[in-house]
Amino acid sequence: MNEKKKDLTLSIPKEEIMQPGHLACQGCGASLAMRYALKALGRNVILDIPACCWAVIDGPFPYSATGVPIYHTAFETAAAVASGISNGLRSVGKSGATIMAWAGDGGTFDIGIQALSGAAERNDDIIYTVYDNEAYMNTGIQRSSATPHGAWTTTTPVKHFKKGEKKDLDSIMVAHGIPYMATASISHPEDLIKKYQKAAKIRGTKFLHVYAPCPTGWKSDPAMTVKVAKLAVETNVFPIYEVENGNYRINIKPSKRKEVKEYLSMQGRFKHLTEEDVKYIQENIDRKWDTLLKKEQYFSSKEK
Amino acid sequence: MTDDKKVELNKVSDYPEMPVSLGSMLWNKTSSWRNFKPVIDGTKCIGCGICWKFCPEPAIFPTNPPTVDYDFCKGCGICISECPTKAISKVDETR
Amino acid sequence: MKQVMNGDFAASYGAMSALVKYVAAYPITPQTLVVEKLSELVADGEMDAVFSKVESEHSAMAACIGAEAAGIRTFTATSSQGLLLMCEVLHWAARGRLPIVLANVNRAVAPGWSIWADAQDSISQRDTGWMQVYAEDNQEVYDSIIMAYKIAESPDVLLPMMINLDAFFLSHTSEVVDLIDKKDIEKFLPPYEPKFKLNPSEPHAFNALTSPDHYFELTYKMHLAMEKAKKRITEVGVEFEKMFGRRYGLTESYRIEDADTVLVTFGTIAGTAKETVDLLRKEGKKVGNLKIRVFRPFPQEEVCEALKNAKKVIVVDRDYSYGFEGAFFTEVKSALYNKGVMKPLYGMMAGIGGRDVSTGTLKEIVAKAEGEDPKNPYFIGVKL
Repeated sequence: MNEKKKDLTLSIPKEEIMQPGHLACQGCGASLAMRYALKALGRNVILDIPACCWAVIDGPFPYSATGVPIYHTAFETAAAVASGISNGLRSVGKSGATIMAWAGDGGTFDIGIQALSGAAERNDDIIYTVYDNEAYMNTGIQRSSATPHGAWTTTTPVKHFKKGEKKDLDSIMVAHGIPYMATASISHPEDLIKKYQKAAKIRGTKFLHVYAPCPTGWKSDPAMTVKVAKLAVETNVFPIYEVENGNYRINIKPSKRKEVKEYLSMQGRFKHLTEEDVKYIQENIDRKWDTLLKKEQYFSSKEK
Repeated sequence: MTDDKKVELNKVSDYPEMPVSLGSMLWNKTSSWRNFKPVIDGTKCIGCGICWKFCPEPAIFPTNPPTVDYDFCKGCGICISECPTKAISKVDETR
Repeated sequence: MKQVMNGDFAASYGAMSALVKYVAAYPITPQTLVVEKLSELVADGEMDAVFSKVESEHSAMAACIGAEAAGIRTFTATSSQGLLLMCEVLHWAARGRLPIVLANVNRAVAPGWSIWADAQDSISQRDTGWMQVYAEDNQEVYDSIIMAYKIAESPDVLLPMMINLDAFFLSHTSEVVDLIDKKDIEKFLPPYEPKFKLNPSEPHAFNALTSPDHYFELTYKMHLAMEKAKKRITEVGVEFEKMFGRRYGLTESYRIEDADTVLVTFGTIAGTAKETVDLLRKEGKKVGNLKIRVFRPFPQEEVCEALKNAKKVIVVDRDYSYGFEGAFFTEVKSALYNKGVMKPLYGMMAGIGGRDVSTGTLKEIVAKAEGEDPKNPYFIGVKL
């Protein structure tokens, strides 16, 4: 009786801002991404969300699961609406809150890229998050330009699976000369949270690319969401790095990169791939990782 | 917005002008989504907090050992597969 | 303070006088002078506002939506293709109940490329839930923008408002505009304080998924707001007249009391029509003009009242609803029918694509109506 147990180990902030009762599928990576982002940013934040899974996850009118203000908006307007909120509040000297656009890969890589590019060029003071589940999941798993080579979607059936590489939006954003671009994964919440905390302190456009597995669209076991995301990092499928004022830093370098086969085999969307297809994918991953290493080598600040 | 009451909108005058939220989603007990429940064995738990950390709802309270909020657990099983000591078991709830 | 200025500048000064805090806009001919003037006013510190020069009209409206949702008074201006690109977000602003004010320079729609006046752009946005005003001169452009904020921001209205001005005939034509002092504006226009706004200390989610159980009620509330807006437009017009001496209502009647034939016009054609009425009166013809100033909400009672004694009604449309007739004509006909007022109605399309509508054109229109039974629609001046 009254045995004094020590507290649970908490490696991320304890306060929960996002509440349960939301409508995300079982094992949803996008809901984990939101949970972590809000833990990092706290409550003094205003979100805008275009058409994407999160337009549904937060709950229908007149409810909201997320304990922060949210403006749901048109598919291609996430960055523009965030710009308006940020600059509007600035016009009356109320620039305290973090303004964050929160969009899926379709709303970012495809239909929203114009507004995103505009906001980034103007360097409007916003955080733009793309939670990337690599297809239009909310509308029923159609391919986007974030869908990787080899993947099945409902518009890239197995006989004609997605051909061509995932759009390298990270480099496009870096090319805008924004002060901060970072990738993060729901499998590494400590790293993710640190990046959001850093982004909140930087003025200008911050772009965060968050890897968020979708068991429904990837045909993976909901219980394996974190494992799949972790493997994406360990195989270099989704490298974790940041670019701050043009300086590259790879935050997680797998000591021995795992075979992409291991990652692919956990997901039904890749099950049609032949040995040859897998070899091609592996080569591409290795080539891109090499490029990233070179970027880090050539473009990194000396001081740590 | 912390209670779990549903918002009553019975006639036009009850409505706000625009679709704006007037309550949380806590009324929406998502327990019916699951067909098994995770049960934490306190004797095997090492208090690492990993299950709490990776719950997408969140439906695990950060006690030691952690406790599952069975009102909201959707039964995704992430906690079970992430637990380093296999302290969480899968208890079938299907009938 | 009186100044000579074109219609675009009048729109810019209207936004400045209305104490707009945020502008997001994208340039398009013939609206460009609005964005240029506003850039200058903001850069010189004359106007205490932030101006985002965005990358498209779609983003201009989206950015205004974001700012307005945060409780900030916003303004944008566009024209033609730009307004069409905004279409989707115009709906978002209206159903989101954001009292944004937009100046639209009425310009024909491509193809072929046309930069000249017609109202096809705004008429095709009729059902977006925006209130629409058509100005006759630059003073009206300026005054309408100031009144627009007072009307739109009324808690029982909360609808966005579009002030339309004809390309070149107003946008690039200089007239005397009487500007209102800031201290008088502050007496006329209260600050914008919406009940719900984006505020971390009072968090709400806006515009979430709305089921068939709720969507219709919100549509009905739009209807109530439009009805209320009709009253507010009149009330605010009266108040404006008391303070500044210029009167604006839903419609404006000119020599219609004893008129046998009444022209129904909007925009700059209304000015030409009044002149035509005077000319025809000198010839002994009992002609009058009804200017429809507000197209949405449509002033059906006022239109019926104004036209009840006319023997013939001629509606002049600088727009065309393909496959039917001019949009104003349809609305006038529908309003009269609803009130059981039956009389010969002539729907005349004129001035499409910026073609000049002179007093001669309007005389020809009146003569046509006097000489024959209605065969709608008429295409006035088309080289048949």
